[in-house]
Amino acid sequence: MSAAQGGDGAAYARLLREVTPFVRALLRRHCSNPQDVEEMLQETLLTVHRVRHTYDPTRPFSPWLGAIAARRGIDGLRRRSRVARHEVGAEQDGYETFADPAANIEPEAVRASGEIEEMLRRLPPRQRAALEAVKLRELSLVEASAVSGQSVAALKVNTHRALKALRALFREPG
Amino acid sequence: MQTNQLIDRLSTQLEPVRVLRPPLLRALAWLICVGLIGTAVVWRYAQLPAVLPRLTLPRVAVESFATALTAVTAVIAAFELSVPDRSPRWAWLPLPPFALWLAASGLGCLRNGWSLHEPAGFMGHSPHCFAFITGASVPLAIGLFWMLRRARPIHALPVAAVGTLGVAATAAFVLQFFHPFDVTVIDLALHLAAIGLVVLAGSLWRRSLLDPSLGESR
Repeated sequence: MSAAQGGDGAAYARLLREVTPFVRALLRRHCSNPQDVEEMLQETLLTVHRVRHTYDPTRPFSPWLGAIAARRGIDGLRRRSRVARHEVGAEQDGYETFADPAANIEPEAVRASGEIEEMLRRLPPRQRAALEAVKLRELSLVEASAVSGQSVAALKVNTHRALKALRALFREPG
Repeated sequence: MQTNQLIDRLSTQLEPVRVLRPPLLRALAWLICVGLIGTAVVWRYAQLPAVLPRLTLPRVAVESFATALTAVTAVIAAFELSVPDRSPRWAWLPLPPFALWLAASGLGCLRNGWSLHEPAGFMGHSPHCFAFITGASVPLAIGLFWMLRRARPIHALPVAAVGTLGVAATAAFVLQFFHPFDVTVIDLALHLAAIGLVVLAGSLWRRSLLDPSLGESR
């Protein structure tokens, strides 16, 4: 890590690859879904990158890394429970029909999510990547920049353009 | 994106970083800086002939000492909590001196009652104390958060809460040199309200105060 703090990219890549199984094992204590664990792992690596200047080379590395992984695990769990409160599983009761038309919102929501996915696919790749990172995954601009490979300024522009394009697609007659 | 791709992306064109100094040193730097400015302000503007004899009274001396100790321990705890590998138990460090401060102030209230019933009315000078603590906390907090945000704390809430307790206690300690009269219930309530307001504001705006990248996009 000391070498990484000095700018040694090869040492940094080696370190991140070596700690990945350890971090993954820590995150599995918070979550059993492999996809969620992988997302939390990537967020942990992004946080390690962002706060690498706070590691004190005279102190052990594992507690520093473990504290970051535990924090990102807790944040990931909170985000998932927040999302779960607002989502309805299509396989559970998404197709149930009620007598009151106003209550039949789930099937429409399922149809709408399919339409939105189709619209996202129609966006240019850089705009779609910016929108997914900043708005859907709720990454900070710095983190989204690292994930997407776009600069912060380009991310802002592409997110704005993606939203504008989506609005235009919504207005198109079906 | 695959994790391996992310690692490749993070490690290519890696920039060297300057390692953060130990939290205790950074806390001492802030405390010394604020101590020097505070001493200059007190020396120039405080009513020292009225205040200094009061500091010889045991209750007032204990109250002042506990206020200063709350400020020092809260600021040290905030810097310690701002780096990932420090124990969350640092957040408890300022609580014993804070309890002692409240106890010493409460003892003054027992002696002095609700209000001094001055010509200024039931509230006396207490609203000025409220304005002083909240007003003085703002520049102190700006300086403290400016230093704390270098660490980009991964858990901002305890850092913000304990840090703002530190700045409010610092302001309350300086206030004692402009407060040459006894504490009353109204006084104590408004002091606590001011401290609570400062801690609440710091905790609510913790993200934009402590992490520039979070403040930009979330």
